[in-house]
Amino acid sequence: MASEEEVQVLTLEAYADTILPGEKRFPGDRSVAGAAPGAGAVEAGALDLLNYDATGVTAGLPYLVQALNDHAKSYAGEVELVLDTDVPPFVALAYEHRRALVTRLTKPGHPEKEGWVSLALFCNMAYDTAPHRPTREALEAGHPGLLALGYRLPDADGLWRFPKFSYGRKLAELHPDTTPSGSPA
Amino acid sequence: MSAIEKTDVVIVGSGFGGSIPAYHLAAGGAKVVVLERGPWLAADDFEHDYMLGSSYTRVFDFVAGDGMSVLGGNCVGGGSVVYFAAMPRAPKFVFDRHGSIGRRMWPAEISRDSLEPWYDRVDESIPVSKQDWTDVSYAGGLWAAACNHSGRTANPAPVAVDNERCTNCNFQMAGCRFDAKRSMLTNYLPAALAHGAQIRPLHEVERLERTEDGGYRVHFDLIDEEDYRIHTGSGVLEAKIVIIAAGAGATPVILQRSEAALGKMPHGVGRYFSGNGERLNTAIIDEDRVREVLGLSREDGAVYSANHIGKGPTVANWDKLDGSLPEYERYSLEQLYFPPGLGTILAQAPGGEEPRWFGAEKKEILKQWSNWLTIFLMTEDDNEGVFGTPPPTGNAYRISQQMLGRGPLRYDPTPNTLRGWALADADCKAIIEKDGLAKVAPWTNDVVGAYTVHPLASCRIGDDPATSALHPSHELRDHSGIFVTDSASVPGALTVNPAMTIAALAERAIPGIVRALQDRGVAVKYGAPAPDGSITGRRAVSKLDLVAGG
Repeated sequence: MASEEEVQVLTLEAYADTILPGEKRFPGDRSVAGAAPGAGAVEAGALDLLNYDATGVTAGLPYLVQALNDHAKSYAGEVELVLDTDVPPFVALAYEHRRALVTRLTKPGHPEKEGWVSLALFCNMAYDTAPHRPTREALEAGHPGLLALGYRLPDADGLWRFPKFSYGRKLAELHPDTTPSGSPA
Repeated sequence: MSAIEKTDVVIVGSGFGGSIPAYHLAAGGAKVVVLERGPWLAADDFEHDYMLGSSYTRVFDFVAGDGMSVLGGNCVGGGSVVYFAAMPRAPKFVFDRHGSIGRRMWPAEISRDSLEPWYDRVDESIPVSKQDWTDVSYAGGLWAAACNHSGRTANPAPVAVDNERCTNCNFQMAGCRFDAKRSMLTNYLPAALAHGAQIRPLHEVERLERTEDGGYRVHFDLIDEEDYRIHTGSGVLEAKIVIIAAGAGATPVILQRSEAALGKMPHGVGRYFSGNGERLNTAIIDEDRVREVLGLSREDGAVYSANHIGKGPTVANWDKLDGSLPEYERYSLEQLYFPPGLGTILAQAPGGEEPRWFGAEKKEILKQWSNWLTIFLMTEDDNEGVFGTPPPTGNAYRISQQMLGRGPLRYDPTPNTLRGWALADADCKAIIEKDGLAKVAPWTNDVVGAYTVHPLASCRIGDDPATSALHPSHELRDHSGIFVTDSASVPGALTVNPAMTIAALAERAIPGIVRALQDRGVAVKYGAPAPDGSITGRRAVSKLDLVAGG
């Protein structure tokens, strides 16, 4: 079995990969399940973000990792799965089981919901906003999430401007009761 | 021991509700100190950057509650710096709403008609602009065309944006780099400063107590400019009058925390919170269908692919703002924009199996992000939010160094609210899915509860002491000399963006606050022009008998 640090990395990667899945990075990649084509939250830097203490979740990660693996063991027992023991229990779950477990943990009423939602929030953000690095630098480095969303480089001064922004014509009738100030009556 | 600093007025918060009194009272001759818990940034400080620690995360707060999460401003200028600048007036029927209390919840003296002169003052002061179709973003145009295709109307919304300066960068939620958005930083606040008001950023007011001479002692903490979890000191300031305008998510918390020193708070403090009935839907646009059915295309050949282009909301459907419809069945459907992160996590992949807010299907729709169209539903909720025990400081237990916290608000939507959301969801779906234009799904409420960018009513005005915290004058019941002039004072959901109404109510409250200061021996007068010197709005309200000392 891996060291405590490796357990944490593998487990958090598997969680991030459940939120926004990606393709396996190398043959034998265990934490990334390969449930979707292209890079997912892990390659987008989810662990860099979670380990950035500005998020406020970093100090709690060891507890979340342990709890997640405990939940995975219970879940496996419940649905009668035999887990590989060479990786942490959550990592040993197939994608659909990871997804089912995360669904359960983030459902309204689950006592630990807040912790799991926070973790999911930052995994999602690592992909679609890359808040662990300057946005322009992330784009120049080919950040997969920002590129997937369609972001392109800003102007040379780091600012976005869109001179073309409008269809430029009337596209509907105004509400008949609109007041002279442009408000509803 | 050094003497305690004294002033005439302390204003807690610098959004619409704080900036407007700061200007008028300073211009009238009062000594005014504004305490703002967030930083003081100007146009050049506003970055186009999502990194934690950029202006984007410094200027607003996301406070998760139990059943409701609240997004609000956290900087000098408050909500006006982070809002999307839509400035419609509230429809007439709103002022006759009964909501959950079985009687008109607005004070008898306030109606759309009686508020018009105050709306006009705000309109002139900001100033608010009507938009033409050539100002409307692709997203707004697409929503208008879809409404039209369903036989519905659509209106370019009045906005506080200088369209000549606007670059349609859609970053205004992080503050406007180009000063195109007319936040309080561009009108009331500079005018207040010119008249001697002081603004102190990174001062978080925690509680109030009485002084022996009938005034108030205001206790504040100093907040670290980078890591808001760190408090670097504390202090006090004494004033004859205190105006609390910390936002509907924070104003009641300060009052609750002050209860031990001030005595019992009115029942309405921290109750009757409304999320303005808000809800969001994300539509994934089918560009081929939009071209075929609506005949739309951009000059550069694309059809839409423009989620990221624009200036927030530009077009709204107001067909259901119909006073003849029953309460809880009236709403507006407004095109909106949300940046990724906060604007993507709650969006759900249309169709498919639950959960739809994460996983492979969610990743697929993120790839189509530039073809997202966000529709913002503003319905009538039931004022069902209640604030629990205040956290030790601020209005939340801060999680992240900036932006993210956990607050004491509980919100359990009633059947009325849920039905309003369902009606608005269905209407939105009927319009945007017609003839295959898009696939749409509402944001999930299962992750952080419902979600509002317009918190209201947690310390509201009213005629009935049992169901309102404030007199119609905005003075706190049973606590003479404390006024609340922010979104907390608005009685309930407005079915449209509330900034214009919040500002109009603040304008309307000023003559009464001037009188209260005069009663305490302060030489202050009411009657300042608009911040730029315009006088049309002042002339109109000077005819009202409310005005003192003119």
